[in-house]
Amino acid sequence: MPDSILTSILIATLVAGTPLIITALGELVTETSGVLNLGAEGMMAVGAIAGFAVAYHSGVPILGTMAGAVAGAAMALLFAVLTLTLMANQVASGLALSIFGVGLSAFAGKAYESLSLTPVPPLRIPFFAELPVVGPVLFGQQSPVYLSWALLAGIAWFLYRSRSGLILRAIGESPASAHAIGYPVIRIRYLATLFGGAMAGVGGAFLSVYTTPFWAEGMVAGRGWIALALVVFATWRPARVLIGAYLFGGVMIAQLFVQASSAPVEVPSQVLSSLPYLATIVVLVVISRNRTTIRLNSPASLGQPFRADA
Amino acid sequence: MLSFEARLEPSHAMRYASPFFAVALTLAGGLAVFAMLGKNPLDGFRVFFVSPLKDMYGVAELFLKATPLMLIAVGLSVGFRANVWNIGAEGQYVMGALAGGGIALHFAASTSILLLPSMVIAGALGGALWASIAAILKTRFNANEILVSLMLVYIAQLVVSWLVHGPWQDPEGFNFPQTKMFSDAALLPILVAGTRLNAAFLLALGALLAGYVLMVRSFMGFQMQVVGQAEAAARYAGFSARRAVWTGLLAGGAMAGIAGMGEVAGPMGQITEHVSNNYGFAAIIVAFVGRLNPIGIFFASLMMALLYLGGEQAQQYLDLPSSISKVFQGMLLFFLLGSDVFVNYRLRWSNTKI
Repeated sequence: MPDSILTSILIATLVAGTPLIITALGELVTETSGVLNLGAEGMMAVGAIAGFAVAYHSGVPILGTMAGAVAGAAMALLFAVLTLTLMANQVASGLALSIFGVGLSAFAGKAYESLSLTPVPPLRIPFFAELPVVGPVLFGQQSPVYLSWALLAGIAWFLYRSRSGLILRAIGESPASAHAIGYPVIRIRYLATLFGGAMAGVGGAFLSVYTTPFWAEGMVAGRGWIALALVVFATWRPARVLIGAYLFGGVMIAQLFVQASSAPVEVPSQVLSSLPYLATIVVLVVISRNRTTIRLNSPASLGQPFRADA
Repeated sequence: MLSFEARLEPSHAMRYASPFFAVALTLAGGLAVFAMLGKNPLDGFRVFFVSPLKDMYGVAELFLKATPLMLIAVGLSVGFRANVWNIGAEGQYVMGALAGGGIALHFAASTSILLLPSMVIAGALGGALWASIAAILKTRFNANEILVSLMLVYIAQLVVSWLVHGPWQDPEGFNFPQTKMFSDAALLPILVAGTRLNAAFLLALGALLAGYVLMVRSFMGFQMQVVGQAEAAARYAGFSARRAVWTGLLAGGAMAGIAGMGEVAGPMGQITEHVSNNYGFAAIIVAFVGRLNPIGIFFASLMMALLYLGGEQAQQYLDLPSSISKVFQGMLLFFLLGSDVFVNYRLRWSNTKI
């Protein structure tokens, strides 16, 4: 029945897009404060193993998600101390965080390979979940999918409708002015960076606790980097993150379905697997070619260190 | 209270001392990690950092592991000096291995002495070509080279996977994802009998020398550095940022490609699914710890190679996963980035509370 195939493709697309949304929204908040943390891949990896380990030992998936948040934030703290207190180069420190995080997760995860969790049943919203197609797709998902929507609404409101969000954006645009008015630039950048780390950790934990649900070395497979590209794609606007993430989710899922089905044309599976990465490059090119859009929308102080006495 | 105070000028002494601090802190951190894992720290230290070098074979292995790191890091440092962030060396390494290895497989019957040199050139071209994708997209479309070069790593790994499962698979290889073994004429000559150290090490030394001349002693090196440190000044002086992007990415790609070719024509002797082994990422750490300077890169490669060998020893004798190397390698870079604060700042006691 083609209808049920469409439904399962849509469900899977949303599931595949969710860790990207959560991670990219966290990174978006970090970048809005003017801090460029390229460590998303590493923070997701550490969040994934921490989340899996806690969910495995406690048997409570939500605890795993929270552990992912804590682990991601701990990684981000390392980055924040380096770049905000010790004024290290943000690009180099972010790369270090990614390399370290992937290595640390491989090391810590050795004992958890070949284990798996009991799949978490979806959280079905009564009545709505019974609707045809939209029901299971929008109202029969696992809880982090709803979390990603709440997060989107919350962050959009925070950034554009709240006073604190305005301060955060001001710091990203001109930390010197914000400092002169009396805002604690470094402290707020710390908070934004920790939030970004926690979200990347949740994104990673969602992968290992809800999606797979097992731990494997390298399972994040570039999603952290794709989330970074999504922030550029979204030109630092939260709502566009959602569109971009589902687009990528769709590409990831479509290739799986084509691989699984007996397609009339013989396409090597590797060609299909490379589609999400190719799509990332294409999207970056399309968005970045207009330099003005990028310059107008990116936080003006992105990646620049700030010191009060400088 | 204790606070950082900006130095009037960056400290030269600290610039060179900070990698040594980083190494010392990593060693101390290593002791702490072993203790935390419930191992005797001194035993761990000995197994990890001393026992790999107990004989000639061990020392040769150290240089063997350091060879690709030197090659890739010296290439990357050309770009890093100009703030051209080529993070995809791993992909360029893989493509170099495929290009060089492709020549070996295609001319499997050849015994010509030109075979190896043409493999080296093919490796360099393969890596440079892969890097040039990021260069074109950066210079023509302003696409971020960090993300593009990184995405190309995943694609390169899939290309290998396709080749060794498909067209290049050894038909007599019991369906293992690997190619035929290369012929003797396509293998790099061994430098020290009884070890695996091969001629790629000489290529690495040559690359370090060339890197030194190009970066530290040439006008082009100076231009690249100005582009990296003061973009506006570079523009005013007429130094092209576009050319810096191309130079940086092509140098990094070509060196990574040679390194990849050296692995398949050296210790591996064939192309397998495991060509991609993170040297491209480890070399980023090497480039930073070596201060983007060829002499520094030489020593930093040896340090990183020791961390690899130590991880293998730790797996064998301490029952720890060999990925502990990566933890130490990450620590090394963190400590370096952290202690670099003292290049531009100094600690001061001040009685007045700020």
